[in-house]
Amino acid sequence: MKRTWLPLAATIAVFVALFGVGGALYNHFLSTLVLGDILGDNAFLIIAAIGANFVILSGGIDLSLGSMIGFVGVVMAKLDMFGWHPLASGALMLAFGAGFGALQGLVIDFCEIQPFIVTLAGLFLLRGACFMVTLDSLPLRHPFVSEFAAVALPLPGDGFLASSALAMFAALAVAVVIAHKTSFGADVYAMGGDRTSAALMGVPIRATTVKVYALGGLYSAFGGVIYALYTSSGYPLAGSGNELSAIAAVVLGGTLLTGGIGLVVGALFGGMILGLIATLINFNGSLNGAWIMISSGVLLFAFIVMQRALVGSLTPRSAA
Amino acid sequence: MRPFAPPSPNASTPRGAPRLVWPLLALALIFTVDGIISPHFFAIRIVEGRLFGNLVDVVYRATPIAIIALGMAVVIGTKGIDLSVGAIVAIVGATLDWRIHMGDPHIVALVIALAAGLVCGAWNGLLVAVLDIQPIIATLILMVAGRGIGLMINLIYEGADPSFVSPLLQGLSTGHLGLIPTRIVVGIVLWIALWALVRRTAFGLFLEAVGANPKAAALAGVEARAIKFAAYIVCGFMAAAAGVILTADTHTSDPVSIGLYSELDAILAVVIGGGSLDGGRIYLLGAVLGAVVIQALTTSILTSGLPPEYNLVVKAAVVLVVLLLQSARARAAVARLATRRKSLVTRRTP
Repeated sequence: MKRTWLPLAATIAVFVALFGVGGALYNHFLSTLVLGDILGDNAFLIIAAIGANFVILSGGIDLSLGSMIGFVGVVMAKLDMFGWHPLASGALMLAFGAGFGALQGLVIDFCEIQPFIVTLAGLFLLRGACFMVTLDSLPLRHPFVSEFAAVALPLPGDGFLASSALAMFAALAVAVVIAHKTSFGADVYAMGGDRTSAALMGVPIRATTVKVYALGGLYSAFGGVIYALYTSSGYPLAGSGNELSAIAAVVLGGTLLTGGIGLVVGALFGGMILGLIATLINFNGSLNGAWIMISSGVLLFAFIVMQRALVGSLTPRSAA
Repeated sequence: MRPFAPPSPNASTPRGAPRLVWPLLALALIFTVDGIISPHFFAIRIVEGRLFGNLVDVVYRATPIAIIALGMAVVIGTKGIDLSVGAIVAIVGATLDWRIHMGDPHIVALVIALAAGLVCGAWNGLLVAVLDIQPIIATLILMVAGRGIGLMINLIYEGADPSFVSPLLQGLSTGHLGLIPTRIVVGIVLWIALWALVRRTAFGLFLEAVGANPKAAALAGVEARAIKFAAYIVCGFMAAAAGVILTADTHTSDPVSIGLYSELDAILAVVIGGGSLDGGRIYLLGAVLGAVVIQALTTSILTSGLPPEYNLVVKAAVVLVVLLLQSARARAAVARLATRRKSLVTRRTP
């Protein structure tokens, strides 16, 4: 079991090393200010990635989370125009996210359609719903938004943890408890590890599938709420492509995409590495955005090959 | 016909035929609605020596995705998937534009661009077949990095106007051969070539064998690694062909947005056409039909006067309906509900 921790240890080592590289290259990089910024800016993505981590641990995949982030934002902004409190509209969207996810889980299990395809339809459906709500960026004007932004936990040094980062840590704590202290968490790992054995041992496959996608929907909706509050707006294209960033964060966090192996906390470090790469390239100033994509891809490649080597020694090799 | 699987209960039904019913039904439904909304929808006329009309337009616009979907069908047949085709389109487009700016003859630029697609396919094949990485993750790498690579290629001639004019390339993309748009001819040629490869060679049989039951195929002496590797190269080449058509159409290289979501559309086209992501079957005609269904839907929404923002929602809804129709379990559930109601009705009216 210890060896499954290796990818996460490697992730943390890479994060520290990259942070050190940043410190060596730029003055003032090695500070809690930069660290706090990375956490605050990427909190919404990490929250969504935590949900995706559950789905992937169960052996599935959720492509709808980027569209969910966008949809939650535009609905909250629209309700804001009608005078709703962001907490009320946020709660409504959390319920919607869980319900939408549960529905996807039900279709996946009942109709025996691949999760990839069902959640792909979910991606189109929610993105299309964004455009039906609004085609423009809408502001969130409620005073609560600036109150939310004002909350911050000072860190030693001149840095601080923004409210979005605090919400992310709360969501992470809940997720760790669910994954490692509940029978549902054990079911998710069992189902992802070997579906047939899990079913034979009495894991309720359908209930677990529905619940895990509901959890994924809930977390991506929460990511959307945080994104809307953090940017104080709803934009119909928000979150485009984030489904892939989230999957990349999960892989970088040491979770095996075949399911069953990985830690929920990995999504935090995976998301932080992606954020750190973007920060490093932005600090340089002369490199353009293409480098963010390429270096993310290279890092992804390195991690996947490393996982492959580790897993190759963990499980008996199949004949194929 | 699945070479190493136990025969299914309805093995007597002709191969492929029942699966084509659903996409054809969807297409018929879409066109019926179109016909009701606008009676002139099916009108085809000849303007300036080429065919014009909504039906021609649907096929014309569906061609790039159909070409990508053909390659995708091959990869999916081996129980794989290729998420990187959109990124390959971007890389091929950038390569094409770069070589033209370097002053290569356009035919050479075309060959180099197609070769770039082959290299991308070989990279994916290397990860999947040699390093044994799960296809969805292996191709995710190029998907994440590919558009960045395209942007880097654009930087080579930074400052110069990226747009280009080429009678050869634009002829392939937006020109016409006699009455028929050239890209449709190109698409059909590629389709026939791939059909011959899949249905008339041992290689095609091995492709499906590897997808249906890799262990049995290995025991039967099929070199699974080589077959999978080749499948990704085929997919890379098809994506490259679509990339050339799309790039020539826009007259410039735009790696950020060219072919955006084309991997998702291509996979959808294969699934709508009856292909299962579980592999073992390659339905080329189905993949082409699936691409036409997707485009017919988009064109219909635009011509029906519905606001374009409804496009994605309607598309998602239709895709879900087609998927549910294909799911034996969903059909059985609907049938059960129907018979239960029927029996209730008969019981109540003695």
